[in-house]
Amino acid sequence: MNTIREISCDIIVETVRGLFIEASTDLGEDVLSAIKKAAESEDSELGKYALDKIIENAKIAKNTPLPLCQDTGLAVVFVELGQDVHITGDFNEAVQEGVRRAYRDGFLRKSICDPISRENTGDNTPAVIHAEIVPGDMIRIIAMPKGGGSENMSSSVMLLPSAGLEGIREHIVEMVKRAGPNPCPPTIVGVGIGGSIEKSALLAKKALARRVGEPNRSDTRLSKLEQETLDEINSLGIGPQGYGGRTTSLGVHVEMTPCHIASLPVTVNIQCHVARHGEAII
Amino acid sequence: MENIKKIHTPITAGICENLHAGDRVFLSGSIITGRDMAHKRLCQLIAEGKDLPVRLDGETIFYAAPTPPGPGRVIGSIGPTTSYRMDAFAPMLMEAGIRGMIGKGSRSAAVRDAIVRYRTVYLGAMGGIAALMSECVKKAEVIAYEDLGPEAIMRLEIENFPLIVINDTAGRDLYENATGRHSMEPRSVDR
Repeated sequence: MNTIREISCDIIVETVRGLFIEASTDLGEDVLSAIKKAAESEDSELGKYALDKIIENAKIAKNTPLPLCQDTGLAVVFVELGQDVHITGDFNEAVQEGVRRAYRDGFLRKSICDPISRENTGDNTPAVIHAEIVPGDMIRIIAMPKGGGSENMSSSVMLLPSAGLEGIREHIVEMVKRAGPNPCPPTIVGVGIGGSIEKSALLAKKALARRVGEPNRSDTRLSKLEQETLDEINSLGIGPQGYGGRTTSLGVHVEMTPCHIASLPVTVNIQCHVARHGEAII
Repeated sequence: MENIKKIHTPITAGICENLHAGDRVFLSGSIITGRDMAHKRLCQLIAEGKDLPVRLDGETIFYAAPTPPGPGRVIGSIGPTTSYRMDAFAPMLMEAGIRGMIGKGSRSAAVRDAIVRYRTVYLGAMGGIAALMSECVKKAEVIAYEDLGPEAIMRLEIENFPLIVINDTAGRDLYENATGRHSMEPRSVDR
């Protein structure tokens, strides 16, 4: 029998707090190098101007420090909980407390409200927590502050099974085209294919946690789809901030799981260029 | 950088007529902030013929809600929210005197028509450069709807806000023009 590892809630609170503060002010190296590379090959004058400003902003945000974007997001937290871990205290409350402290201590904007009255909850909770149980005695936490503007350009659909790969590709490109300048391009496009309606949305969100531009390594059909779709998106002409150019998206990330014979669920979850995600293993 | 038009508030009809979609602008002076709920409330008051908590005549409104200021700062990070959510209210506010709008993303046909009719301007701020824009804010205070928290109406004193003209008095639209000009046949690029 495996021994059980005790992890105190205090560590979870501190970890979550630290991850959100850091993600909000420090643009990951993966995003920054993708932007720099795009700036070198962007031939639209206004598009290049926008990319240069994004690079300058990352510098100011890190050095000051200040949040990269005023929309410090809805706090999305992915948890992989080792089954040999015992948590002392209330795990869910510990994550919420970590978010509460991050948004207070990091001077982050509180953007969460009652959907109908629109009254602000005041501390950016509740966070959205996706936990899964995995083998082992560790906890992996991914913190992802998700902005509202790009989230608004996302949706889940049930395509016809006969639509196939071609139908999926057309749908992704159409979503990006329709979003135009609204989600703050250059974007990262997260795509979840298959499962049920909520599973496809979860896959799309989790795809956004991947390092920017890293291909799907489990299925060559998907890495090919990612490259072809990205190619087509970047020929639309939307460009950085919609000012025209070839840099409309930095990456298309696709995840897939089997689905019902009657269905083809597809979620497209769009992420702005301030693609923030931080990760810790306890 | 060259080719940047420096303008100062109040933005007048004359200034608007000299702005063209695609122009780079550095805006300085005094502006107000206001987004979803503030728009809804202001328009409700206008519809009911009641007094407004802020004068709109000749004013420029920035669709923004900043992060809270850290110690010693005038304001936290600040940048535009997506403008289409204000489309239903914008023509009414232009009729009430709003001359400049700052946001990001496409506007409805009704808003674009109102920009031509009232000789106003829609200026694009870049999304996701809010630390840089924070440095351009010299003064900030809440002037109405404090209960809305980050969505309260603020008055800002700004210096050289980097903006781009999106919709102008001649009915031009930068997004449409730029996308048309830069679209091409797909070709593979290195990842």
